[in-house]
Amino acid sequence: MSFVPDFFGQALNGLSYGVLLFLLSVGLTLIFGMLDVVNLAHGSFYMLGAYAGLATIAVTGNYWLAMLVAPVAVGGIGALLERACLRPLYRRSPLDQVLLTFGFIYLFEDLVKWIWGGRIRSIPPPEAFSGSVQFFGATVPSYRLFVIVFGLVMAVALWLLIERTRLGAIIRAGVFDAEMTAGVGVNIDLVFTGVFAFGAALGGLSGVIAGPIQSASPPMGAGILIPALIVVVVGGLGSLKGSLVGSLIIGQAETFGKAWLPGASMVIIYVVMALVVLLRPQGLFGRALK
Amino acid sequence: MSVLQVDGIHTYYGESHILHGVSLRVGAGEMVALLGRNGAGKTTMIRSIVGFTPSREGRIVFEGDEIQRWPAYRIARRGVALVPQGRRIFAPLSVRENLLLGARADGWTLERVFGLFPPLRERAEQAGGTLSGGEQQMLALGRALLTNGRMLLLDEPSEGLAPLIVREIGRILQALKGERLSVLLVEQNYHLALRVADRVYVMNKGQIVYEGTPASLEADEDVKRRYLGVA
Repeated sequence: MSFVPDFFGQALNGLSYGVLLFLLSVGLTLIFGMLDVVNLAHGSFYMLGAYAGLATIAVTGNYWLAMLVAPVAVGGIGALLERACLRPLYRRSPLDQVLLTFGFIYLFEDLVKWIWGGRIRSIPPPEAFSGSVQFFGATVPSYRLFVIVFGLVMAVALWLLIERTRLGAIIRAGVFDAEMTAGVGVNIDLVFTGVFAFGAALGGLSGVIAGPIQSASPPMGAGILIPALIVVVVGGLGSLKGSLVGSLIIGQAETFGKAWLPGASMVIIYVVMALVVLLRPQGLFGRALK
Repeated sequence: MSVLQVDGIHTYYGESHILHGVSLRVGAGEMVALLGRNGAGKTTMIRSIVGFTPSREGRIVFEGDEIQRWPAYRIARRGVALVPQGRRIFAPLSVRENLLLGARADGWTLERVFGLFPPLRERAEQAGGTLSGGEQQMLALGRALLTNGRMLLLDEPSEGLAPLIVREIGRILQALKGERLSVLLVEQNYHLALRVADRVYVMNKGQIVYEGTPASLEADEDVKRRYLGVA
């Protein structure tokens, strides 16, 4: 294998992984920025999305339908979780929230094991993207290219939603100062639930899209949580741009680390995070710490 | 008839008891000043009224509704507009977005606010956080006016502003008196408050210690010295 094809192959792998991280970390960073809640169960939304997709494909055989059902189902679960379990804890210590959401990781994992069993299940890519293409001499599954394009389109759509609409202005205001947002008459509780559900839905979407690349297994949610949290720290709390740039950096760092420095691959993303935190404690696009 | 009636409220921050049975009222179209030293409880009073820090005891009646248990957003929608201490502009939002976030149709429009504060029109697409202190105060006031509340709560609108801009704020407050607005003005700047207010309350240690007119307070050297530190 020569250098150039290998490089492009890895870069595209890193890009598709980065896009998945982006869809997952957007929800995490918005929830974190707005509600001050570290939702450790956010990785579970990724896992639940994959299984919701699996179930939809098992029943209908339609991958595209799975891409629709998974986010809706996981968004619903997210809304319930926020209303019933997290809301009563907003005025309590962050430790209570950490413990609760940590518990949900196991609860969701066992629930999935109970329904689908513990073994790894593969999700076949949709018919249209089951082949592969040559790209700078590298053979790349066409599904990965689809994931990259889809993710970048989602990034643009999310940017337009957050930066250019009234709803987006409400969300940005809520991330900046939730109390004052309520003070001008915005029903911030409803916005909290909506953002939580929306973030969960994006996490679920990320999971169903990841299915054909990484397969589905119960521990996948806990596994993706750490890189997603690192993305939030690197990009900056509550920042959409930070979430995108952080995801792309971490996606490449982890992918190239695994390929070129397999012995050190586990530490590379931590090194990236440590460097960013040392130079910019608030993350690349976070606002200055108070 | 009172637009706002506060009846013996007790408010706490955690376990510390800040307001000890405070009562006051604001009549229709009236401008009432609430004075007192730092830490007297003035801001807590405002926070209790708007629902940020709900009182544990007592009643707050706005236009006939008991609002002391309502969430903050409902109180705002019911017609209580707030210019908070420190202005609390949404720094990442544009000036236009700041103004329109809580805007409700009726009376005040974006055009009227731009007419009252021309610098805001020039900076409409700029991020709120890039404005100067005086401009941010205009923005906070414009944002409150656009919610089209009938009661305006102003918490230290002159804080940290240059004397020239404080005079400008005074002029705007005078102009607002002509509207159908009732105003509760919390101020450290005693001279500004006395110039625009119809009635005055003085707070100390979480209680109302004086109630009167600007003229009667002006004449009461004892109250001025003891509670306001004015010689």
